Amino acid sequence: MVKKKRTMLPRERAKQIAVYTMLYTLLALLIAVCLVPFVMVMMNATRTGVAIQRVGLSLTPGNNFMNNWEVLKDFVDIRSGFKNSIFVSTSITVLSGYFSALTAYGFYIYKFKANKYLFAIIIVFMMVPAQLAFLGYYRWMVTLRLVDTHAALIIPAIASVGTVFFLRQYASGTINKEVIESARIDGAREIYIFHRIGIPLMMPGIATMSIFAFIGSWNNYLGARVILSSPDKFTLPLQMAFLKGTKVWFENQGPLYMGLFISIFPIVIIFIIFSKYLVDSIAAGAVKG
Amino acid sequence: MEKKLAKYGYMFITPFFLVFLVFNLYPIFYTLYLSFTFYKGIGDPAWIGWENYSRVLTDKFFWEAMVNTVRIWGVNIVLQLGLAFLLVMTFSDLKYKIKGLKAFRIIFYLPNLIAATSVALIFVKLLNRDYGVINTILFDLNLITESIPWLDRTFLAQLSVSNIQTWMWFGNSFILFMAAVQAVNKETIESAIIDGANRFQIMSYIKLPLIKPILIYVMITGLIGGLQLFDIPLLITNGFGAPDNSLNTVILYLFNHAFFYRNYGYAASLAFVLFVVIVIISILFLLVVNRSSIKEYLIKRKIQKEGLSNG
Repeated sequence: MVKKKRTMLPRERAKQIAVYTMLYTLLALLIAVCLVPFVMVMMNATRTGVAIQRVGLSLTPGNNFMNNWEVLKDFVDIRSGFKNSIFVSTSITVLSGYFSALTAYGFYIYKFKANKYLFAIIIVFMMVPAQLAFLGYYRWMVTLRLVDTHAALIIPAIASVGTVFFLRQYASGTINKEVIESARIDGAREIYIFHRIGIPLMMPGIATMSIFAFIGSWNNYLGARVILSSPDKFTLPLQMAFLKGTKVWFENQGPLYMGLFISIFPIVIIFIIFSKYLVDSIAAGAVKG
Repeated sequence: MEKKLAKYGYMFITPFFLVFLVFNLYPIFYTLYLSFTFYKGIGDPAWIGWENYSRVLTDKFFWEAMVNTVRIWGVNIVLQLGLAFLLVMTFSDLKYKIKGLKAFRIIFYLPNLIAATSVALIFVKLLNRDYGVINTILFDLNLITESIPWLDRTFLAQLSVSNIQTWMWFGNSFILFMAAVQAVNKETIESAIIDGANRFQIMSYIKLPLIKPILIYVMITGLIGGLQLFDIPLLITNGFGAPDNSLNTVILYLFNHAFFYRNYGYAASLAFVLFVVIVIISILFLLVVNRSSIKEYLIKRKIQKEGLSNG
């Protein structure tokens, strides 16, 4: 008579239930803390200013969605803000993805004298917070006549130090040098090999870094604040900060939440669609690093 | 052939380095140059040597801002790591198995997606003394009888900003730590349990050493990011770090010197002092966490040297 499973004593069982109840309650509380601001923004975007003034947090939507949208448009040109944000973030994502892959591939595939030294420079500058130089950057852009242009925000993406470092490591794990060599023997040109073999092999790494680049630039405030001054060039974070000084901040808050809703939810949706992938790649950094 | 290929190597990395030189490296050295000048944005910068730096050393407001920033960061990093550790302990427990790790990871990461500007605006509304959601809820639960001035008293305001930062970043730390712990061999932990180790012993003797590299990474990146805290204090306050300068952070102070008072030269020197402070704290931190391996290395070298001189 061998018992396969040890039967639990009632006391043990009670303790187990108590522990589980406690743990799940605490976790549920934490989830609520994480989600409250999202729920608040989403619900208040549909409610009237008066209702929000009376009860700040409601779990049921109102019916003022379209009206909030109309009023918001009187304060900021949210369409142009959205367009500017999309334009700047997409350009940054594409440029940093392509050129970082090109550079990382160059470092990994080719042997040349300065290879080691130049890559060492990249590692050193990964540790220097480039943000600290924003003042010099601003004055330099004034000199180059690039101040108040989107270009001043976009061009630096070509030199994304961290992404190059990441993709160089990534390439060493996914690109087989023999495959490159045999393509070469078949007479393919170098840049063609990069486009046809290099990029596809590095694609998962490029995609991960690209999504983070998109989120980062979508949310970038300091850089945009320093560089942009004309309201028609403002990105969404600048428009949100601008709203703080207007009537929708104090009186009719519905449109404010509408603005926040528009600037937050595209990112949330992108993240949730790619979440499995993204969370795993954040996690992968932990295991490798 | 080799030579011809080397040419391609240079070709592939040229665009990166061109942009790097013009948009990355040059601004850094230009900021360094400006830090030795008096410059109001009109005419040419006037060279004044170390004058800005000696002014920084005696600038009461700057050091006050530095203390504020370090304090906000310190409280935040303790709370953030503590919460992440507790969650790691919960989710990696062998006896009590919590389901749905994947969903939890996504939800805990969501706060990190919102722009700091939006976070600041949302929390000003949540934490408002008179009609904020948090005070309302606490009133409804009968937990308080008098509204709490979350953002209106110096100490509370700093604590609130630390908590907001924790809210934004604990999910990120949790995902990183959890991944490192999951890479641990389960049998190691099981045999430790059989040997009679309790949860806290397992955490501190098995799990913690294993996540040490990633812990150091999180601390250093957290330090660099935390000492550059800007968006949240700027938008929570009137732009200058009220109440009573308690939310005046280094970058906020620097920003106002540059773009409000147009003291470009002085602001540039503030940036470099902050940079040096970040480097010093990072090095000290690395020395402290690695003290045992450094000691080992020094002892080894000593033995080697003695061995050599004896031999």
